[in-house]
Amino acid sequence: MAEQIFFFVFAILAVGSAIAVVSLRNPVHSVISLMVCFLQMAALFVMLRSPFIAVVQVFVYVGAVLVLFLFVIMMLDIAKAGMERFVSGGKLWVIALLGALLLEMVLMISRSRLSAITAPAAGRLTGTVREVGEALFTKYILPFEVVSLILLVALLGAIVLGRKELR
Amino acid sequence: MIELLLIGIKVVVVTLIVFALPLPLTYIERKVAGHIQVRLGPYRVGPHGILQPFADMVKLMFKEDIIPAKADPWLFRIAPVIAMVPAFVVFATIPFGEKVTLPILNYEVNLYISNMDTGILYILAIAGLSVYGIILGGWASNSKYPLLGGLRSSAQMISYELALSFACIGVVMIVNSLSLVDIVKAQSGWHWNILYQPVGFVIFFIAGLAEINRIPFDLPEDEGTLGAGYHAEYSSMRFAFFMLTEYVAMVSMSILIVLLFLGGWDGPAFLPGIVWFLLKVAMLIYIIIWTRFTYPRYRYDQLMSIGWKILLPLSLANILITGLVII
Repeated sequence: MAEQIFFFVFAILAVGSAIAVVSLRNPVHSVISLMVCFLQMAALFVMLRSPFIAVVQVFVYVGAVLVLFLFVIMMLDIAKAGMERFVSGGKLWVIALLGALLLEMVLMISRSRLSAITAPAAGRLTGTVREVGEALFTKYILPFEVVSLILLVALLGAIVLGRKELR
Repeated sequence: MIELLLIGIKVVVVTLIVFALPLPLTYIERKVAGHIQVRLGPYRVGPHGILQPFADMVKLMFKEDIIPAKADPWLFRIAPVIAMVPAFVVFATIPFGEKVTLPILNYEVNLYISNMDTGILYILAIAGLSVYGIILGGWASNSKYPLLGGLRSSAQMISYELALSFACIGVVMIVNSLSLVDIVKAQSGWHWNILYQPVGFVIFFIAGLAEINRIPFDLPEDEGTLGAGYHAEYSSMRFAFFMLTEYVAMVSMSILIVLLFLGGWDGPAFLPGIVWFLLKVAMLIYIIIWTRFTYPRYRYDQLMSIGWKILLPLSLANILITGLVII
């Protein structure tokens, strides 16, 4: 019961802040809403009994990625950026495209096996770090290594782009 | 039911203690500064100036809360709170000692609010959030120097967070657990991690100083070049919240160093564990204050090259060597 109340608090805040991200005019306010949204996601991960993923969510997304977002956005001319709208009202085809996308997602979710997933065992919040580590380094070693390689390539790309001689 | 009640009481007690700590700390900092610089420090209010922090508190409370006309009013108001909350939330998983039995009720109490499986990761993640208060405070002021202070702090904190986290990995590899209680238990009997991870300790201490914006790394509020940095436009209680955050961060960083490297509440048996713990934390706080009045401030490019070119490679080498030794 208590868990359900917490779930609704987090879920409503997450959806509300996600809507605020796209509807607020000021980009800095949008980043703050995104931060709130990510924090609620972390809370939902805890409710799904995966505290490790929750902490990583806060660590990586809120602690690092969003700070870099802010870093860049703070350099913008906020007054000018706030005036421009992302989707201008005249473009009907954008709205049609978004509608089609929404329909597709609803169809996909309703036909997927998401509903077959069982609820996590209640009250078990320990040992998850070890489990995640073991799964990553045994069963999912190939995807894990491929992902790290891709990240390394992206890192090198960023360094190459940032070099002064190439500008 | 009694468990829930106990958690509630612990949260309130810890919050109140942490909230009150900056009062004595400001006094101690000014007194230490005074004696290092061969003067008396605060001396007028109360014997040896001991009531000075209360006088300062009253003064700050009754000052006018000025919001600049061109500031972003919403963010300007909320930024000090955003800075303050993570500094307090960190204490949710910090252990202060072993179990104690309450004298009258005969009930065993753990001296921590929660022993999380991901303790150290949680603390590093949450502590990283306090940078938002500084960035947003600097940006919302809509003024040159605070903005520069905010930008400096975001770059500084991201850079040093890496070295800080990597320094923890060595400890985690030795102890085989992320839980702070396990980390302290593994060090009992003088097997302090500082003996096994001396390089990690040095990296953690230096990166910690940068993370809590203390001299020699206090560039976000560099008075010499930035006026007062990110909080230049703040006054009254909102300014006090920023100061409070800095002192709480200093305390939690000292506690973290004690837990990770100095054996937590481990010590000779003639004093209870909690006393050893508090003594070690007090010593570290003193060292941090001592550093402030001994060393000059680094230049910004020096700060960045120390973080990326010295501390980060050193911490990676430390992880590699620790791994080789363990294998």
